[in-house]
Amino acid sequence: MIQLNHISKSFGDKAVLNDISSTFENGKVNMIIGASGSGKTTLLKCMVGLNTVDTGEVLFDGRNFFNLDFNGQKEIRKEIGMLFQGGALFDSKTVEENVVFPLSMFTDLSEQEKKDRANFCLNRVNLENVNHLYPSEISGGMKKRVAIARAIAVQPKYLFCDEPNSGLDPKTSIVIDNLIQEITEEYNITTVVITHDMNSVIEIGDHILFIYKGNKHWEGGKREILKTDNPEIIDFVYATKFMKELKSKF
Amino acid sequence: MRLFYHFGRYYLLLKRTFRKPEKVSIYRARIFEEIDSLGIGSLGIVAIISVAMGAVITIQSAFNFESPLIPPYAVGVAARDSLILEFSPTIVSLILAGKVGSSIASELGTMRVSEQVDALEIMGINSASFLIQPKVLAAMVFNPILIIFSMFFGIIGGYVFGILTGVVTDYEYVLGITYEFRPYNVTYALIKTVVFAFLITSVSSYHGYYTQGGALEVGRQSTKAVVYSSVLILVFNFLLTQLLLV
Repeated sequence: MIQLNHISKSFGDKAVLNDISSTFENGKVNMIIGASGSGKTTLLKCMVGLNTVDTGEVLFDGRNFFNLDFNGQKEIRKEIGMLFQGGALFDSKTVEENVVFPLSMFTDLSEQEKKDRANFCLNRVNLENVNHLYPSEISGGMKKRVAIARAIAVQPKYLFCDEPNSGLDPKTSIVIDNLIQEITEEYNITTVVITHDMNSVIEIGDHILFIYKGNKHWEGGKREILKTDNPEIIDFVYATKFMKELKSKF
Repeated sequence: MRLFYHFGRYYLLLKRTFRKPEKVSIYRARIFEEIDSLGIGSLGIVAIISVAMGAVITIQSAFNFESPLIPPYAVGVAARDSLILEFSPTIVSLILAGKVGSSIASELGTMRVSEQVDALEIMGINSASFLIQPKVLAAMVFNPILIIFSMFFGIIGGYVFGILTGVVTDYEYVLGITYEFRPYNVTYALIKTVVFAFLITSVSSYHGYYTQGGALEVGRQSTKAVVYSSVLILVFNFLLTQLLLV
């Protein structure tokens, strides 16, 4: 479980996050949504420690990340898997080497055991016969799946996904969404997904946090978000003409 | 004020870079990879330039030493000392600043903008140490070897082209390169090389590591890496010459 307590963050004079608190439970897909520039990526970076917070605390199962020293933070980071927007696979390594990499760094498994684990993770994300390929030789959707495989290789307790569907076609997006949901339930991980893809939200969002201009504006489940009369959420969820027409029919 | 900002940030990066590695065996392997890519990959260009420079220094020295008071073997002495004292350690380091420096800055810059550096950090890996430390150590270990090669190729180039063009005889050149040879000059050159290797790799890594933005910024940081490491090589060349030779 991850708890955010009164997180605030500014860049210079510009306040990006104001007093955000929330709880993300394990075994659930927690989604942070909001318009571009609303502060959701900054919030994610604060949660994983890529940005520091001005005030507030991030608790990973009760451990306050920002109160820990370098080594303490490193221990928490070893429990984190992250899926970046562009995959962030290492260009100089093959698909298999990318998945093996965290295992080589943090485990004492033999070469064969690492290979077996990498193959298991790649099979889990439905990838076969791509082990020897480099990231530049595979499609965007495959890169995301390799990144998921790399993230789950060390059996993380927390999984963060930054815009997992950006740049993907609708069908591949569904594949990625389903994978995230299955993995979350299967390994009982605390998953936090940053997105502005409403299809994903409706499809897999167990808990949704809506950020508006750096503030926590709304929080709830996927059924509630469709029924809310909050004007900012309605503007966001039903942004397109098609969605507006759909809403008027129901 | 910007100078102090950059100096402070550079110092903090170095502090992070030289923290204890997460897994020594992986770092050791990374050092060999970097020796291969930064060092062995530069052998060709170093050999070509050294042979050419050795040849030109020999021919120019012979052309300028027309006075009957200067013995013919002075051509060999001039070629040897120019190559050992200045050309091989300094000029080759400047060339390496261009080749290796831009390569390091663009590699790290691209890794930064494509979030690969963030990926390392989130895995709990000290990205500065993992990415930069092997490069710095590889260059500090292998550049002196490159420079010894450069001296060797330069002297051979001078010998071959000096004889082919007839500006010096075999006997005079060999006498010149062995005449009152001071081994300390080689030590001096190697000390300079190690310092220059550190400057090239650390300054270029600094620029690459802190790249922000996109492809345009990666290019800019690459250029800055070459410019600043070249300027620092010239400054430290002067300081080290004062310290070690005067």
